[in-house]
Amino acid sequence: MVTRGFMGRKRSDAQGRIPPGQYLETGFPVLSAGPTQRSPLDRWTFSLEDRNGRPFASWNWEQFMALPQTDITTDIHCVTKWSKLDTQWKGVTVDDILKAAGIAEPPDAYLMAFCEGGYTTNLPLRDLVNGKGMVAHEFAGDPLTAEHGGPARLLVPHLYFWKSAKWVRGLRFMPEDQPGFWEAYGYHMYGDPWKEQRYTND
Amino acid sequence: MTQRQPLGPPRLVWQKAAVEAVTPETYRVKTFTLRPQEWRPFRPGQHFDVRLTAPDGYQAQRSYSIASEPERTGTFDLTVELVDGGEVSPFFFNVVQMGDEIEVRGPIGGPFTWTVLDGGPVLLIAGGSGIVPIMSMLRHRTAMMVKQGGAPPPPALLLYSSRSSEDIIYRGELDLMASGDGSFQLFNTLTRHQPSGWKDYARRLDRHMVADCIGRLGTPRLTFICGPTGFVEAAAEAAVEAGAAPASVRTERFGPSGS
Repeated sequence: MVTRGFMGRKRSDAQGRIPPGQYLETGFPVLSAGPTQRSPLDRWTFSLEDRNGRPFASWNWEQFMALPQTDITTDIHCVTKWSKLDTQWKGVTVDDILKAAGIAEPPDAYLMAFCEGGYTTNLPLRDLVNGKGMVAHEFAGDPLTAEHGGPARLLVPHLYFWKSAKWVRGLRFMPEDQPGFWEAYGYHMYGDPWKEQRYTND
Repeated sequence: MTQRQPLGPPRLVWQKAAVEAVTPETYRVKTFTLRPQEWRPFRPGQHFDVRLTAPDGYQAQRSYSIASEPERTGTFDLTVELVDGGEVSPFFFNVVQMGDEIEVRGPIGGPFTWTVLDGGPVLLIAGGSGIVPIMSMLRHRTAMMVKQGGAPPPPALLLYSSRSSEDIIYRGELDLMASGDGSFQLFNTLTRHQPSGWKDYARRLDRHMVADCIGRLGTPRLTFICGPTGFVEAAAEAAVEAGAAPASVRTERFGPSGS
């Protein structure tokens, strides 16, 4: 349906990199469901847990920083309609986390990311491995600020950004795909921006 | 071949909604009353997505909070603030008129919702057009009070920050609510210009203001904060400092942080 009188903004050269229904944002909007969580680094840990919550491995901040560090430049897409191009991150890939935990054969096909403050989000394992996901702690060369999810957030840039959980503290394996925080409120279980999977069953 | 149906509600579909009324609220804010083909109940605080399509097929989508109360069925209101240099809000503000059709889907949104069944005291903090989803909660609260024959609804306090008195959205209605309802307290703060004789707060929101409001309301069972990012950050931190449980503070932010 053509909307009477709507022409839209001048089409940008970047249009091919902007998924349907998204617009280009040059700032870095902040979105979260509650107050910004602040975790002191000396009490911060990151854990990889089995389906019963038993840790395969756990790292404190110093140990986590000693894991292999990877830089990536990528586009990000928020379900609230903004996309931001060429964002720069540093962190530890999930591949390297699994390796450091000594897991050659992952036990389950799904993971729940869990966070300071109780936020959770669900992801298939295949969307986190082979360089697709990381735990990021630097943005544009600086430590990630608390309002953007610091000290560390998940980064899964090929899915809508709510999957890139702020203040992440660990990943728990799940035998089946279970909804996390936003997914239980009607947001899509997977969240592919190129298929516009914003809400349940899109 | 049958596909396994994922859990959850059925898919939200795009539908046409007729613009029934356009009501100016301030010099840069208008309310659009929409009648969708199929009206669905919603929770105060939820939003709708709107989708605009250009003749060449280009589409733009935005989310706008519902301003009206769910007790009014058949139509709902979206209140839109003109964003300078924006793509969708100038279209709404300058082009959309009664009789137009807009594509919408919704309602959507979970944690930033409240009904009287959730109880109180409820602390509401709004910055600028962040008042819109909170207005839906307040209108619902008033509608339920009328429905229940004047029985007092959960106590509520609204702390509302605007630039100047001309920027206060729903001013008359809010003043009326506050004067006719002993369990609703209204505090405005004007950050840039205050008319002569202004007796309410006259500065940017700060921790003293929030602590003062919590002192008058009692420790809130739930706190809802909506506004620009910096405002929400400051308000949420102040509310927690003044005794609100972190898990009871719900936030919704808009606008870039500038970083």
